[in-house]
Amino acid sequence: MQTQPPGLRPRAPERGPEPWRDPEAEPYVRLRGLTRRFGDVVAVDAIDLDIYRGELFALLGGSGSGKSTLLRMLAGFERPDEGSITLEGQDLAPVPPYERPVNMMFQSYALFPHMSVADNIGYGLRREGVARAEIARRVEEMLELVQLGGLGARRPQALSGGQRQRVALARSLVKRPKLLLLDEPLGALDKSLREATQFELVNIQERTGTTFIMVTHDQEEAMTMATRIAVMTDGRLAQVGTPAEVYEYPASRFVAGFLGTANVFEGIVKRAQGSGVGAAGALVESTAFDAFFASDTDPPKPEGGRVFVAVRPEKMRIEKSAEGTAHGTNALSGLVRDIAYYGDFVMYVVALPDGSLVRVSRPTETRMTELPITWNDAVTVRWQDFATVVLAQ
Amino acid sequence: MRRRLPWLSLALGAGYAFLYLPIALLVLLSFNDSRLVTSWTGFSFRWYVALWNNDALVSAALLSLRIATVSATGALVLGTLAGFVLARFGLFRGRALFGAMVAAPLVMPEVITGLSLLLLFVSLAEAVGWPGERGVTTITIAHVTFAAAYVAVVVQSRLADVDESLEEAAMDLGARPWTVFGTITLPLIAPALASGWLLAFTLSLDDLVIASFTSGPGATTLPMVVFSAMRLGLTPELFALATIIIALVTVALFLALRLGRVASAAARV
Amino acid sequence: MTGTQRIGRRLVVALPYAWLLLFFLGPFLIVARIALSEAALGIPPYAPLLRWTEENVLTLVLNLGSFATLFDDPFYVDAYLRSLNVAFVSALLCLLLGYPMAYAIALAPAHRRNLLLLLVILPFWTSFLLRVMAWIGILQDQGVLNGALLSLGLIDEPLRLLYTDFAVYVGIVYCYLPFMVLPLYATLARLDPVLLQAAADLGARPFRAFVTVTLPLSLPGIVAGFMLVFIPAVGEFVIPELLGGPDAQLVGRVLWVEFFQNRDWPMASALAVALLLVLVIPIAVFQHLAARR
Repeated sequence: MQTQPPGLRPRAPERGPEPWRDPEAEPYVRLRGLTRRFGDVVAVDAIDLDIYRGELFALLGGSGSGKSTLLRMLAGFERPDEGSITLEGQDLAPVPPYERPVNMMFQSYALFPHMSVADNIGYGLRREGVARAEIARRVEEMLELVQLGGLGARRPQALSGGQRQRVALARSLVKRPKLLLLDEPLGALDKSLREATQFELVNIQERTGTTFIMVTHDQEEAMTMATRIAVMTDGRLAQVGTPAEVYEYPASRFVAGFLGTANVFEGIVKRAQGSGVGAAGALVESTAFDAFFASDTDPPKPEGGRVFVAVRPEKMRIEKSAEGTAHGTNALSGLVRDIAYYGDFVMYVVALPDGSLVRVSRPTETRMTELPITWNDAVTVRWQDFATVVLAQ
Repeated sequence: MRRRLPWLSLALGAGYAFLYLPIALLVLLSFNDSRLVTSWTGFSFRWYVALWNNDALVSAALLSLRIATVSATGALVLGTLAGFVLARFGLFRGRALFGAMVAAPLVMPEVITGLSLLLLFVSLAEAVGWPGERGVTTITIAHVTFAAAYVAVVVQSRLADVDESLEEAAMDLGARPWTVFGTITLPLIAPALASGWLLAFTLSLDDLVIASFTSGPGATTLPMVVFSAMRLGLTPELFALATIIIALVTVALFLALRLGRVASAAARV
Repeated sequence: MTGTQRIGRRLVVALPYAWLLLFFLGPFLIVARIALSEAALGIPPYAPLLRWTEENVLTLVLNLGSFATLFDDPFYVDAYLRSLNVAFVSALLCLLLGYPMAYAIALAPAHRRNLLLLLVILPFWTSFLLRVMAWIGILQDQGVLNGALLSLGLIDEPLRLLYTDFAVYVGIVYCYLPFMVLPLYATLARLDPVLLQAAADLGARPFRAFVTVTLPLSLPGIVAGFMLVFIPAVGEFVIPELLGGPDAQLVGRVLWVEFFQNRDWPMASALAVALLLVLVIPIAVFQHLAARR
């Protein structure tokens, strides 16, 4: 089992074009103004979203972000208060759950305890009135697909957690739904099983060609599996994009902090373009201390506007410097306050003279038992202008 | 914990003794040749024979069994619907009243239930001519009404343990609401339905007060016969009757427990 | 939700709803109505509320006579007070006996709990009347208990046990004990044993941990069990009739006599209405607890 850095999906590179970049492409699932309220709480707030055929789309958010409600509206268990859901141009609103060409894999798996594995998988086909021999054939096919051949006669409670998860997947796929909804598909698995299953899920998705929409609170799961991620908070979409886009170009402080770690500073736009280290992009002056942040992109606000600057710890470098060294452009000086050793990298927490903290990570490229930089060392943290992300909010 | 609190086990033992000594006494006395409860004059089946030959008792028992079977079945249907509504329908207009009407019969003094139902039947007979004569039908309706509350409570608490996503999953896979109920909900709450039916059956079989109010001249149930016999004094025939009932209930309950254990093992995901 | 689904849902609600309205709530209104009628000779033995007078005017005749009697005659007031008293004491005795039992069952090993619980319920499934009869056999003057005491030489002549208040308490506690143990067990079994360990860890001795942790957390079960015994016991008829003395005139018995012997339906109805009013608060408390579950 080979681990991969976040941002790279474990899927074949020859995936073909990215339809969301093509203005001509017809969306497969289209949400417009979708709203659901529970009393005074707006669980899903006027969401517009297009999802394309063959995607593995992740809805990422914390609890109460509205992601599960959105999924349940797609399945038909919740009725939207406003807005529309269309699938291949067909309006889904008046279609009850049992007539939707959409299936769902439940977080609890919801396997029927009084039926065998095969009967669980065949349940949906029986409801369609498929001939018995055909049901048996397709159930067998699904069991093979999820590598559970020979376990059809077992009861779900006689299976391990990982096996149950696969039965749930097989049961939701057997009707060949136009859309498969997955509610925290890996949430009930332990960590070691989860990683292997991520790849297997992506594999099955590509083999069956089904469009998946998955809900998760686990950013790593969303990053490694999804074609695109929608980050949700308070019933709204904070950002929609590919994992790399969302990680490298977060749209807000919330997204920057929700996916991975980010150092965030407040500042005023000094020059909007043609400035900075690389003589392109924006220059921002810190409001907290005497330093500048240079970026290679244009800022979201004109000169004089109040903005935020986000810099990821792994894009910073840390080096020893003389005590009392002044800050500069994309350079901050301070004392090492804390060190956390993770094995594959070390996280330094640097305290600036004004008290604010900066996190810097450093890969452990060499074997070190004694760290070259230690507590209370005077250090300077530097980064290049491509690492500076300027945010409006 | 148990070893540190021996008096708790003692209290439990004392409680069981309090519950079972009178019952053991009934069983013992039913085999006593003597009519007196204080003297044991030998083992005998004579009271069982006397019971068998007591036509009034036997026919009352048969009538009670008939009423209990019908009313337990009615209470099962009504109570299951009510329990399902309470457990699965969320909030709807009139739910508070509905919940109150389902829970109240559990504690309502029997004399009130009995009197109020009788007055209803009398008023109905006056107003619409039905029921023309009180008897088996009116007793059955009364029993269905108060036993349904017990069934509803049993079904509701069982449904609370059944993960609602099982029913959603079935619907997601194409099952219409009634198919979901028939293929998923019903099999999963079957043990609760069995014990609910048994409970309703016993309640009906055991009821004296409500039956006395709602009965007419033609219908005399077993508790009514036993009650009037008891007022005249103890007869060992009644001890024999008690012993038979205790034996039947014990067998039925242990069977139900065994079935319940199998079913609950199957329901454990 | 589609139209047919909505209709199906409505039907599922409507059947039990209509049944309960007709056969549970409706009857109470009729009881209230008849309580306000005059007693009359005839079938049914009460006068209608709406009557045509001689001038062909429809008049509403409300007769508060039954209620007036209820409050004037100390016999009735006494019956209510005694019933409340007997029910309260019985419920308290049930609690004292049932709490240790429920706690012991909750602390028993998991595989044995079902059996222990079943043993508590089992008597409830056997005939109520016949179990009361067993106590007659035990308590009567020539009964088992007196026989045993006499032969042991502890007493010289039979004690008067049957047809006393003592016998009524024994009977009610005996018959209603399962209703106390079951809700108590339900709350005690849910209690996380880690809480007691935490209390011990923080320095509470077992008794103090019980008083400060277990007891307050089992309060809902205590209240539910108390109500399940107290409310029906207030109107209990069979036990005071069979075990109580002739002076044990509790409401259930008085109502029964008014109805079956005196054939005074309005009086019986007034007694029922008053009983219901007395019990409204305990019933509301019980339903509040039941709804929260």
